[in-house]
Amino acid sequence: MTIIQTARYGMAQEALAIVGGNVLTQTGLIRADVMVEEGIVTAIGLDLDLPVAAKVINAAGCVVGPGFVDLHTHLREPGKEQAETIATGARAAALGGYTAVVAMPNTDPVLDSAFVVRAVLDLGAVSTCEVAVAGAITVGRQGEALSPIAELAKLGVQLFTDDGSGVQHGGVARRALDYCRGLGVTYAEHCEDNAIAAGGVVHEGEWSAKLGLPGQPASAEEAMVARDLLLARELGARLHLLHLSTQGSVDLVRQAKAAGIKVTAEAAPHHFTLTDATLQSYDAVFKVNPPLRPDHHVQAIIQGFLDGTIDAVATDHAPHTKETKDLPFDEAPPGMLGLETAFSLTYERLVLGAKMSIEQLFQVMSTNPARIAGLDRSGARPYGHTPHGELVAVGNVANLVVVDLDATWTVDGSSFASLAANTPYEGRVMHGAIRHTVLRGEPVVLEGVATR
Amino acid sequence: MKNLLSIHDLGKAGIIDVMNVAESFAEVERRTMKKVPALKGKVVATLFFEESTRTRLSFETAAKRLSADVLSLSVASSSVKKGESLKDTLKTIESLGIDAVIIRHRSSGAPLQASRWLDDIAVINAGDGWHEHPSQGLLDAFTVRQAWAEDAGVKPIDTGAELFAGKRIVIVGDIAHSRVARSETLAYKALGADVVLCAPQTLLPSDTSSWGVEVTHDLDAELEQADLISVLRLQAERGSGECVPSLREFNADFAMTTTRLRALKPGARVTHPGPMVRGVEIASEVADDPRCLVTTQVTNGVAVRMAVLYLLLTGGNQGLEGVGQ
Repeated sequence: MTIIQTARYGMAQEALAIVGGNVLTQTGLIRADVMVEEGIVTAIGLDLDLPVAAKVINAAGCVVGPGFVDLHTHLREPGKEQAETIATGARAAALGGYTAVVAMPNTDPVLDSAFVVRAVLDLGAVSTCEVAVAGAITVGRQGEALSPIAELAKLGVQLFTDDGSGVQHGGVARRALDYCRGLGVTYAEHCEDNAIAAGGVVHEGEWSAKLGLPGQPASAEEAMVARDLLLARELGARLHLLHLSTQGSVDLVRQAKAAGIKVTAEAAPHHFTLTDATLQSYDAVFKVNPPLRPDHHVQAIIQGFLDGTIDAVATDHAPHTKETKDLPFDEAPPGMLGLETAFSLTYERLVLGAKMSIEQLFQVMSTNPARIAGLDRSGARPYGHTPHGELVAVGNVANLVVVDLDATWTVDGSSFASLAANTPYEGRVMHGAIRHTVLRGEPVVLEGVATR
Repeated sequence: MKNLLSIHDLGKAGIIDVMNVAESFAEVERRTMKKVPALKGKVVATLFFEESTRTRLSFETAAKRLSADVLSLSVASSSVKKGESLKDTLKTIESLGIDAVIIRHRSSGAPLQASRWLDDIAVINAGDGWHEHPSQGLLDAFTVRQAWAEDAGVKPIDTGAELFAGKRIVIVGDIAHSRVARSETLAYKALGADVVLCAPQTLLPSDTSSWGVEVTHDLDAELEQADLISVLRLQAERGSGECVPSLREFNADFAMTTTRLRALKPGARVTHPGPMVRGVEIASEVADDPRCLVTTQVTNGVAVRMAVLYLLLTGGNQGLEGVGQ
């Protein structure tokens, strides 16, 4: 298929030297400086001959690795620009160490036409991280007629999802999965069977019962996971499962992978960090879909990361204005901010808490999501995006992040680059911080501050 | 205590406090001059976002008997209809200088949220979604204690919680969607009774393992041992109709019929928080039987709500001046 390559991603012209860090390369973490010229890594090593004009950024005591890639970002533009815009969301992403994000299609209008998708890509092209788009599977995300998937694929769209809701009709899902297979693009499912979920706004269990809030059982997610795995197996199609949150989902994906089904899966930091016990406050900042669940589900998600069942950390960054979160719990919209806290939570919960290695952290936050989104070197790289998720090597585009594992910081939603402040981690002390983010050789974040 | 959001806010001692103060106010209720000056100068607002007859009237009567001024916000004619948020409505009321707001809302947790949004105003939960209806739980416990005290020939105020020890209380009906069930369970458990929840599986909460209750689907098996049957209505307006094949099938197994009344042990009582649907979850003969306390519950509601308002707004420190103690 012809991808309409619109080379609009300029490389930074200024030379850059990232000095003093531990660099994540093919041979592991090595103590080295990194030289970047015209957006490309030109040298890695000690005692490099730095051009006089090079901008030097300090990475002492930090890890230098590939910039993170978020498979699941709600940028809200078009339609809800009071909660987030492409520019503010991209800035939040850069501050979170991301060099690329995939924008979800549940905007208004929905990202189900080339015209709207192109508008989002154009705005993304001038922002502080690369913005890829997930197209809607069905027109208007109504779960009925297929959206112009081939036309969007020609723009380079690699992922298709009705995220925000699952495709309820099994026949539509099967046809869409088959159509995507033919085009070599990936069908991505928000797994939630509405009939089983029955309008539940929290996980059905101990807390829904105590708090008198309508619950949705874990099976509402798992039933659709199972359905889609069976469809993917039968069709030989590629399937990506969004924001998995239950033990049963992890078990199903583990078995499916063992059986050779072409499935990838993501999970969000809040699903390996928070439990539904937080709901006692009835504060809608904890309302999210899929809902927060009891600890054994949280532990199953962590285990899923450790054994490779879950491929990627995806933020499900979902900005909402204060007035919409200041509503009675069942009336407030689901979703929480994620971009600016994802790295620290992944580091805290999976590395410090579950003995994952730093190399693995970069796998699940950068390499794997880049591959799933087609943003890696071999992928279609929609709309002329540069490659992401590669270990640092000479000749690569400098999409890099510099993280300080020893830094601690305290969450203050009002200081986030996101327009909204709906973080469930307000006041939480975080471990590990983003120090610099480099996009195509340009330091878009320096010492934790966005440069534009 | 500043607010009454849940029976949890009270604990055993708090529940007994409310019941004992309510006994004094019940005295007042029996006088010709029913009004006391305890809350003179205080302003109480009722804010009902859901229909109610008895609870609203009961709270407003209670406030007036205590000489408080009562503002009654009718949601149908308020700015809420123009799109004003709950938070802004509350902030508006707060700026009128009121002392307590009594809230009923279809959303569980709304009164707790309200208490976070308001600074110095007491918030009283008059029923939130499926969550709680604490004043109902209190008045039910109060009514039952009174009946059992009368049986024992003692004054209720002298008994604390002792009459509840070892009693077997069966709450039957739509437990899942009932805020009364949650408040009653918490109150009766706190007072030391054994609580049994009786409903078809689909009308039970998903997980009651931490509630310290027994669960059964067989009402008939409970009748002989029960000291109290608390009958709840099927909350058809909250979608519970879909949880059972038909009202007929639900009532066959879970309604309080005359046959079931006859199977109760001597001295056992029946309560119902209202509104009753006679001939549906409770037979007319049962509703009118002296063992059924439903009208006493309504009468006691005023005294119990007077006690709640009094304790919240004076801290109980003012002394029951002019109350007759």
